[in-house]
Amino acid sequence: MNRSAIDLWVGVFVAAGLAALLFLALKVGNLATFTDTQAYQVQARFANIGGLKVRAPVKSAGVVVGRVAEIRFDNESYEAIVSMNLGAAYQFPRDTTAKILTSGLLGEQYIGLEAGGDGVMLKSGDRLRLTQSAVVLENLISQFLFNKAAEGKEAAKEPGKEPGKEQK
Amino acid sequence: MELAAVRQAFERLGRGVNARILRLGFASRFLAYLLLHSGTALRRFRLTVREIYFAGVLSLVIILVSGLFVGMVLALQGYETLQRYGASESLGVLVALSLVRELGPVVAGLLFASRAGSAITAEIGLMKATEQLSAMEMMAVDPIARVVAPRFWGGVLSMPLLAALFSAMGIFGGYLVGVRLIGVDEGAFWSQMQAAVDLREDILNGVIKSVVFGFAVAWIAVFEGYDAPPTAEGVSGATTRTVVMSSLAILALDFMLTAFMFTGGNR
Repeated sequence: MNRSAIDLWVGVFVAAGLAALLFLALKVGNLATFTDTQAYQVQARFANIGGLKVRAPVKSAGVVVGRVAEIRFDNESYEAIVSMNLGAAYQFPRDTTAKILTSGLLGEQYIGLEAGGDGVMLKSGDRLRLTQSAVVLENLISQFLFNKAAEGKEAAKEPGKEPGKEQK
Repeated sequence: MELAAVRQAFERLGRGVNARILRLGFASRFLAYLLLHSGTALRRFRLTVREIYFAGVLSLVIILVSGLFVGMVLALQGYETLQRYGASESLGVLVALSLVRELGPVVAGLLFASRAGSAITAEIGLMKATEQLSAMEMMAVDPIARVVAPRFWGGVLSMPLLAALFSAMGIFGGYLVGVRLIGVDEGAFWSQMQAAVDLREDILNGVIKSVVFGFAVAWIAVFEGYDAPPTAEGVSGATTRTVVMSSLAILALDFMLTAFMFTGGNR
């Protein structure tokens, strides 16, 4: 095999390898959908973030507008401080609400943003004041059970007399 | 008498450990020398291009065909399990993540070790057995710079490209079986894959893995060849050792890299 044929084949091989990498980056990965080169960072405090993780999506109206950059614990207020990078193309009013939501019943958790009515837009480093924590399933279930128990007691007291009278 | 037997066993153990540590030290010294003297291989790049041809281009067929079949099997098996939970749309995620993170670098590395690594060892070992390396030294040509380094760099450069081709081909195979054959929705297949696969976390880490594996395999292959006893038996033993040692090295390194990459990120 002569030299130029070897060069040709190696060239084809390298080109194919790079094309495969490009395919992985563009078609398989999410390079094309969101780049955080042009982004601004805002923070929000939550009493409970549930299962939120770094790099979880930040959505508004269901559209991914950013990603969670960092999650810290504040030692003074015992709250979680979540920093998120929002795409520079998406501007939100200053009184935007941040909620921690779950996609589907068992899906991953993400931050949902609901725009407010303020005329001033969020800048880099701003803090979202209105937040709503994650729903913790155990708390929800225990609340439901307590309510049921309380209802059961009331039902035992009140209708206990009335049907009793009617029966007699 | 029993004491003598025990003593003999200990002595044998000690000799074995000593020999292995000595060999490891020699291998490290060899690598350092190789890296310091790879100027020639990189300056006269045609030498390395020739080795990329032998290590990379000639491994293409086996890499592409295996990648296709691994992807197709993944799609078939994954679909079986996922559809039980009504999550068959996540098939793309399963295929892409397993290929890009693990199977691409590891299986491509194993195939590369047996296809190209053994060939490199046999070639260098035979050159040594037929005293071609000594002849080069006689002519004041450094055999490590002229023969070993191009083969080493050819292997290191080929491996990431082969792993990327393996992953891409596997995802294509998963697409063929999942979407064309079974009938998973095409839009969900690609969009869920794109939402779940992260460029830095998954793809870049996969590429880093394949570079590390390529380095390890190329190092083991050239060292075993260079260190082979200059006999027919020695060369065949060295070739076998290359495949065994590279496979073990790939699997052990893969565990360590995975432990670093995919569990630490979950802060």
